[in-house]
Amino acid sequence: MKFSKDHEWVKLEGDVAVIGISHYAQGALGDIVFVELPVVGKILAQGKEAAVVESVKAASDVYAPISGEVIAVNEALSSDPALINSSPEDKGWFFKLKFSNKAQLDGLMDADAYKKHRGG
Amino acid sequence: MTNAPRRTSLYNWHTAKGGKMVEFAGYEMPVYYETGILAEHLHTRSAAGLFDVSHMGQIVLRGSEAVAALEKHVPSDVQNLKPGQMRYSTLLNEWGGVIDDLIIVRPDTGYDLWLIVNASRKEHDLGIIRGKLSSNLIELVNRDLIALQGPHAQDVIRALVDHDVMEKLGFMNAAWTKINGMPVLLMRSGYTGEDGFELSIEPHNTETLVKILMRDSDVKPIGLGARDTLRLEAGLCLYGHELNEKTTPVEAGLKWVVNKARLSEGEFAGAAVLESELLNLPERCRVGIMVDDKAPAREGTEIQNMKGEKVGEITSGGFSPTLQKPIAMGYVDKHLAVKGTRLLLIVRGKAIAAHIVPLPFVPHRYINKGKMK
Repeated sequence: MKFSKDHEWVKLEGDVAVIGISHYAQGALGDIVFVELPVVGKILAQGKEAAVVESVKAASDVYAPISGEVIAVNEALSSDPALINSSPEDKGWFFKLKFSNKAQLDGLMDADAYKKHRGG
Repeated sequence: MTNAPRRTSLYNWHTAKGGKMVEFAGYEMPVYYETGILAEHLHTRSAAGLFDVSHMGQIVLRGSEAVAALEKHVPSDVQNLKPGQMRYSTLLNEWGGVIDDLIIVRPDTGYDLWLIVNASRKEHDLGIIRGKLSSNLIELVNRDLIALQGPHAQDVIRALVDHDVMEKLGFMNAAWTKINGMPVLLMRSGYTGEDGFELSIEPHNTETLVKILMRDSDVKPIGLGARDTLRLEAGLCLYGHELNEKTTPVEAGLKWVVNKARLSEGEFAGAAVLESELLNLPERCRVGIMVDDKAPAREGTEIQNMKGEKVGEITSGGFSPTLQKPIAMGYVDKHLAVKGTRLLLIVRGKAIAAHIVPLPFVPHRYINKGKMK
C-alpha cells in the first residue's frame, strides 16, 4: 500500500489500483456522513478532485493519487459512509482505477515515509 | 492582524480529556473529545452533556440608568423582568439589524441585571450599551459559564443544590445558589433544545465545579461541533450565520422578542423598521429546510425555486445526528416561506431537492414551572 501527501492510499490488484483515504485522514475528518463518488468511466488526473467526503462538520475533497479511468466505485459507502471510519484501509475503499501511468506510483510514499510525512 | 487565541480556565482540563482544540471567536476551544461529534450529540439528547461556554461574555448592569441604556437597543421589556426571570432578546442597530443576540437575566436576589452575549461580540456590545455611562454601571465581568444540557441534567443539579431552588426553577429562570460552598448563578437555560442549566461561576472555582458535575457517570464533556448540530436541530439562530447587522429579528422569525407596548412607544433603535415589517411581512424569512437527498447543504448554498431562479441562501446546514439526514436553515423570499414549499439547493453545481419544514427539526423539551414568586 502506498500513500499520497493528501492522505489517499493506493493498493495494486494487477493493473487495477484501489484507492481510499488513510486511517489518519478518517481520524482527522471525524464522523463521516456522506460520500460523493466519481462516476464509472470518468477519467481522473493525478492530483485533481476525484470524490467528496463529508464529516458532520465539513466537506473535504479527495484527490486522485494517480491518473486513470474509474472502473468501479464502492457502492456500500452510499448507504454506510461510516465504513470509512471503521475500516478506512479495507472495506472503506472509494474507487478502482485502471491506471494510465505506472511511473506515477513511484512518486507515492510507502507506509514509513507516509508516517514521517504526517509527523508521527 | 491576529492575536494569539485566548484560553478559558478549563484549557488544560479539555486537553487532558482528549479535546481537539480549535480557534473559535478568539479562543482555543474543544471542537470534540475522544468519541467524536455524533456520539457527543446523541449523548446530550439521551443523558447529559457538559459544555465550556466561558468564552461567552457576561455583562452586569447596575441601576436604573443602566437598564434604560439597554432598553434603547433592545425591543424587549427589560424594566418589568421579575426577579428570577430571564429573556432571550436581540441588540439592535438603528435599521433594526441585529448587533448581537443575548440573554437578559434578572437573578432572584440582588439588584443587578446580567447579560449573556456572544464571545465575538462582547466588547462591541459593551460599547454600544454603555454609551456615555460610567464604566462601573455597565461592566464585562470575569466569570466562566458552564452548560449542562440534556434530560438527565436536572437529576445532576438536584443532587447538588437546595431543594427549594430546584422546586421553583423552570426553564428561563435564574437563581443564586451554592454548590460545595461556591457561589453560582444557576440559570435553567441553554441552546440545545433540551432542558438544561447554565452556571455562571468565578474562574478560580470552575475546574472544581466541573469535576463535581463529572462525578455523575451520565455527564460527558461535549465540544463545539455537537453544540452546533444540537442548536441546528433545535432551530435556533447562531450569530454570524442566521443573524447579523443586516438581518432584523422579524426576518429571523424572532418577532416574539418584540414587546408590543415598547413597539408602540417606539423608544428603541430600529423600532420603525420592525413595526413596518410586522405589518407588511419582511422581504425574506428564515425557514427550516429538509434536504430530500443524502448530501448535506452547507452555509452559503444557493436556494432556487423550481424554475431555477435564486430565491435565497442557506445560513446553517449539516447532518442531523438525531434524524440521520441533512437539515438546513436559510432565508427565502417571503412568498415561498410556507411549509411544504419545494426548493432546489445547488450543491457542487448540482440541484438537489429540498422542502420547507416548520422549526424546530427536533422538538424542544424544556421544563417550565410557571412564574417564580
